[in-house]
Amino acid sequence: MTAVGATVKEPGSSVKNKTGSWRTFKPVLDKDKCIDCENCFLFCPEGCITKENEIDYDYCKGCGICAEECPVKAIKMERG
Amino acid sequence: MKVITANRAIAEAVKLSKPKVVPVYPITPQTTISEYLATFVANGDLPAEYIRVESEHSAISAAVGASGTGVRVFTATSSQGLALMHEILFAAAGLRNPIVMGNANRALSAPLSIWNDQQDSISQRDTGWMQFFAESAQEALDLVLQAYKISENENVLLPSMVCVDGYYLTHTVEPVDIPTQEEVDEFLPPYRPKHAYLDPKDPMSLGTFTDPNYYMEARYDMEVAMEGAKNIIRTVNKEFEEKFGRKYDLVENYMCDDAEIILVAMGSICGTIKAVIDNMRKEGHKIGLLRVIAFRPFPKEDIYSTVKNADRIAVLDKNISFGIGGVLFNEIKAKMDVDARGFILGLGGRDVSNDDIRNIIKITKESTESDKINWIGLKEEEV
Repeated sequence: MTAVGATVKEPGSSVKNKTGSWRTFKPVLDKDKCIDCENCFLFCPEGCITKENEIDYDYCKGCGICAEECPVKAIKMERG
Repeated sequence: MKVITANRAIAEAVKLSKPKVVPVYPITPQTTISEYLATFVANGDLPAEYIRVESEHSAISAAVGASGTGVRVFTATSSQGLALMHEILFAAAGLRNPIVMGNANRALSAPLSIWNDQQDSISQRDTGWMQFFAESAQEALDLVLQAYKISENENVLLPSMVCVDGYYLTHTVEPVDIPTQEEVDEFLPPYRPKHAYLDPKDPMSLGTFTDPNYYMEARYDMEVAMEGAKNIIRTVNKEFEEKFGRKYDLVENYMCDDAEIILVAMGSICGTIKAVIDNMRKEGHKIGLLRVIAFRPFPKEDIYSTVKNADRIAVLDKNISFGIGGVLFNEIKAKMDVDARGFILGLGGRDVSNDDIRNIIKITKESTESDKINWIGLKEEEV
């Protein structure tokens, strides 16, 4: 190992660690049903949903909180 | 030459080593180490940050944090305090913090005891710390100075524990030669870490989460460092001898070369054993002592090459792993083909007399049961 004591000497390594790979279920938004209430944006614990309701699949871990909080059931959790 | 306790000797060694941060929580029989160091700092003799922490868990945590900033650190504890540090001892070793700690060996509760045995440090054997056992106050001082040099070597980078038997060493005065600051400065230059230090101008992350892709290599590195530490210890021992005239090694060979029976032990009990050997040699008995100074890294080659020609060896443990016996005995049995007998003695401060040592030698000669755990000094009428 190059870094003694598992030290991370290069800053920004968490950006390179695409945690989306941990996901089992992914949220898929039906934009026709969406009422733009921004609940998903507010509740996402990873900051993976923008105010424009775009989901960042590189870092979304698939927790499903957005689907749970959507008042019109516009987000479905799907495999993959 | 001063007449002082091992605790004072350790404090003097720490002052000479110039650590920048000293987080300590007092506990019997280590307490006077923390008091001497507080005095040194208060008087300006030791320009260090002395942190009065609220527990031993905090003491070692502060030591890890301080070491992470790239400075030399010292702490000290004993028994229950060392047990409370357990979690962070792994972190200190895994982060490769070259912390040096003084441990006053004391029994663990229950039953509650403030007296000596070596269960406390032995129970921390798998944490990744090096462990050195002193026989005298002089050795306690010398081992602290050497421990910094060994731990800070860039091929080692593992923390060290210098163990002194509670009361037998911590509270008993002996003549100790205290080196001058100039001599120690030449032997032990300031710590300049290359691997891990917190500096805003050169940012890095210490102690991060590791997924299964990284963890095993970090642990493998520690094993390589621990094995490799044996050669570094020998080199540092040699440098120390050239500078200060006192000889050290991973083990001490006391009259083992022609010995038929060799006792194997650690710490202050070896003084008693040497006295018995001196008397028994005059009576014509070929007895020797192999004193283990470095318990981690485990000097299996040095032990084997010293005891291999003996008829039988006796391993003395001031600890017990219930269900299997003394730890040193079992480690020796696991690593080499020797005819050995194991003895448990001195737990919770039970006295070990010259007669007890003679009895151990007698049992070793006569015993036919190699697996039996022999308890010495046990009041059999009370069990």
